[in-house]
Amino acid sequence: MMFDAFNSSRRGFLGGVIGLGVVGLTPTKGWSLDEARSRALVDRVVNEINRVIASGKSEAAMIRDFERIFGRYADVSIIARSALGADSRRASNAQLRSFTQAFQGYVARKYGKQFRDFIGSQIEVQGVRRVKTWHEVDATVRLSGRAPFKVAFLVSDRSGRDLFFDLLIEGVSMRLSERTEIGSMLDANNGDIDRLISAVQRAG
Amino acid sequence: MSRDLKTVRSLTQTAFSRAFRGLFVLFLLIAIAACSAPPADHPPGEPWDPYENTNRGFHSFNKGLDRAIVRPVAYTYSGIVGDEVEDSISRFSNNISMPRAIVNNVLQGNMKGATEDTYRFVVNSTIGLFGLFDVATDLNMPAATDADFGETLAVWGVREGAYVELPVFGPSTERDTVGMVVDLFLNPLDYWIRDPEEYYVFGTDVSATLTSRQRLGRTIDGVLYDSADSYAQARSLYLQNRRFEVGDSASGVYLDPYEDPNLILE
Repeated sequence: MMFDAFNSSRRGFLGGVIGLGVVGLTPTKGWSLDEARSRALVDRVVNEINRVIASGKSEAAMIRDFERIFGRYADVSIIARSALGADSRRASNAQLRSFTQAFQGYVARKYGKQFRDFIGSQIEVQGVRRVKTWHEVDATVRLSGRAPFKVAFLVSDRSGRDLFFDLLIEGVSMRLSERTEIGSMLDANNGDIDRLISAVQRAG
Repeated sequence: MSRDLKTVRSLTQTAFSRAFRGLFVLFLLIAIAACSAPPADHPPGEPWDPYENTNRGFHSFNKGLDRAIVRPVAYTYSGIVGDEVEDSISRFSNNISMPRAIVNNVLQGNMKGATEDTYRFVVNSTIGLFGLFDVATDLNMPAATDADFGETLAVWGVREGAYVELPVFGPSTERDTVGMVVDLFLNPLDYWIRDPEEYYVFGTDVSATLTSRQRLGRTIDGVLYDSADSYAQARSLYLQNRRFEVGDSASGVYLDPYEDPNLILE
């Protein structure tokens, strides 16, 4: 039931350990320190999510926990600005701050509600690969009685810390899907950012 | 006399199948040529959706169909039929479509996929009692490729074409619509399953669809009934997932947000 990254992919695990040890000597071979760090971040996120799901708390309490995990391990600022798209240019700093805050709660409510469907699932980290300036940590989610599906965390240190800035489920990006959704909400509010913020506070 | 009759019959059959094949190839060529391309000034990352008005009409029709029939029937059906039975029927329906995936793998030149799917099909059809049990997965055999003809066309280099939302079938693209039609003829099993058995097979497909509508209930309800613009959301989800399946990275997932001039903080 719990996350078992280690026995699933011995190569990855050994690679991670060796990569940590010898990175100074052979930086181009095997796993780099960045890869090991990206993987460690995803391991922590997955562990914490599994712990929340297994806790048997009420939905409201779980959603509060998810919001804390999301705020701690994700670059919420860049995800929120991505959701606003070009409109983030015309938002004031204060608007951007309260939008980001509202967006964080909205994401926790919207996706937190669906985590109940994942009780009893196993997430196995398959590997890490470098894409442009970030790392993609690929994993498989196994659920009994359903076909396994692929998730990927995109991890970057461009914010100054290792944080994930997107989560892909079978190729569907949270960041891009929320850009569509927030774009539609902004249209529904005639492009008024303040009204959008209060709509986001209620949504999810 | 009876020999003559046989000869005549086999000659007509040959002539017919030749004509049919000719028509089929012609249809395919026309259909492929019909996959439209966006104009040069089309913003990258934006969906190519020239039929948006028609599509939106079909989208509200589909939503009405889901609300009035599919959703309630799916929940009632899943309430009456036990999970185990539902799962078996879905596995059967899935297994019987495997030969089509094998044909598509061959057409794509993916012999590894074709071989793996064949092993899976043989194991599940025999030890798995006609596919009622998924022994292959329990044995940790490679996952099914689920190859379809839309994917085959993508491998052949046919462009995706415009986004379309089809009545009843939902989100698709021009390329995937052609694929869906061609797939109707690509399962070798269909040529030997005759009625009434083919109606039973169709019945299991319907059951599998209802089961997944119920299992994915929260997710589908979220897209259709909770999003600000369910048409735009369904379009975005479909295109992203489909491009992932056919191995096309055009969906913008790999654009770097940290390099996007619109998102830089002052």
